[in-house]
Amino acid sequence: MPGLFIDVKVADEVAKNAETAKKLVEVCAVDIFAQNDDGSLRVVEENLDECVLCDLCIDAAPRGSVEVIKLYES
Amino acid sequence: MRFYEYESKALFRRHGMPLGEGHVVNSNAEARAAAEAIGGPVVIKSQVLSGGRMKAGAVQFADTPDEAAEKYDFVLPIEVGGEKARSVLIEAKSPVAHEYFVSVTWDGRRKLPVLLFSDMGGIDIEEVAETHPEHLSRTHFSTILPISERIAKEAISSVGVSGGDLNRLVPIVYKLMQVFLQYDLTLAEINPVAKLEDGSFIVLDGHVDLEAEARGEHKKLLVELGIGEDETRLARPPTEFELEGARLNAVDHRGVAGNVVEFDGNLGLIIGAGGGSLTLFDAVRKHGGKPANYCEIGGNPSVGKACNLTKLILGKPGVEKIAVMMNVVSNTRVDIVARGVIKGCLEAGKDPSKVITIFRIPGAWEDEGFKILEKYGVEYCDRSVSMYEAAGRAVAKL
Repeated sequence: MPGLFIDVKVADEVAKNAETAKKLVEVCAVDIFAQNDDGSLRVVEENLDECVLCDLCIDAAPRGSVEVIKLYES
Repeated sequence: MRFYEYESKALFRRHGMPLGEGHVVNSNAEARAAAEAIGGPVVIKSQVLSGGRMKAGAVQFADTPDEAAEKYDFVLPIEVGGEKARSVLIEAKSPVAHEYFVSVTWDGRRKLPVLLFSDMGGIDIEEVAETHPEHLSRTHFSTILPISERIAKEAISSVGVSGGDLNRLVPIVYKLMQVFLQYDLTLAEINPVAKLEDGSFIVLDGHVDLEAEARGEHKKLLVELGIGEDETRLARPPTEFELEGARLNAVDHRGVAGNVVEFDGNLGLIIGAGGGSLTLFDAVRKHGGKPANYCEIGGNPSVGKACNLTKLILGKPGVEKIAVMMNVVSNTRVDIVARGVIKGCLEAGKDPSKVITIFRIPGAWEDEGFKILEKYGVEYCDRSVSMYEAAGRAVAKL
């Protein structure tokens, strides 16, 4: 189920990179990210609304590759 | 949590207080055997947590073992304040010359323990306070500074007890003060502590209330006294609604969204923050509102936790609307709670703008929270609206 309040978009090339995916899993305190068996990134939709807007994921990935969207502002 | 009399006495005995011979029994055969072992007149006392045993006939006397067995059968089925006896205590009947009252409890206004002592024991202390205030002393003492027997001595002597009686009472009273502090009690009471015909003193009846939050700290004691972890010792058993509230709170370690207590009103409450829950609950009632529940949120619960609490409350039969109110928050985030309650409303199939009467949570991340509330058309207010006024707005919408 997608988030009601928050959405997260990750650039395809970053999502496929196992190393960056691992880093994103590590930094997110509310488990929005997980890794698939092949190491690629998976967004855990049911946890999206738990996002605390800490921006750690934005800082952990290459500039502009992760975007946190506040759906209530749109 | 209240202790039964036999548990209170077991605690007192550990600290060397004078007690008569007593046996907890669970059949008339055991009652007879206990009376035989004591070898004289006995008292048969129903073990209930409620007061008023004597008036209910749940305390009887017997001169022989056969009579003790008969009185056991008489006492056991008696309900005291709607409560059935857990067991029966058979004690030696003591030849009493005079009765005293001593209690240590917590004075919420002074924020200190208070020692109450009276030379008129055996009756309701409220009655003594009203009709013979000169026979009741009140002495506060510190929880930080060391205590001494001097405090007990002054409390006892101030109602006119002196000489040998004073000297014999001091250690009993002092030990009660120590027990109160050592075990984080909210009440330690002996009524009466009796002077016997031979001049000695004995504890005849005792009550102990342990601070519920201190259960973990005194787990060892509770195990030794045979008090199970599942024994809440509350005034009534928890309802399904309350149990579900506790379960929701327990499954997610983040913050608190629990301590749910069920009431029969129509306004669901999601309230909390630094005593704010009590204040807000009272404010709702003061405005003529009928709360459907009490609860406490704080410590930054997750969106999921706030959502589940909201759904629980909205799902309670009779709940028409909810009010979401807290004191000014710092470590709890306004936007996270806003997300949680709105999500809870939507998942319960309700329109947040219609079902939330007021959202009054000012503080950390409030700008972000207010954006969310505006998006969903929920009425909200900031700290310029008092908790009392917010409660009034909520009640007015019903």
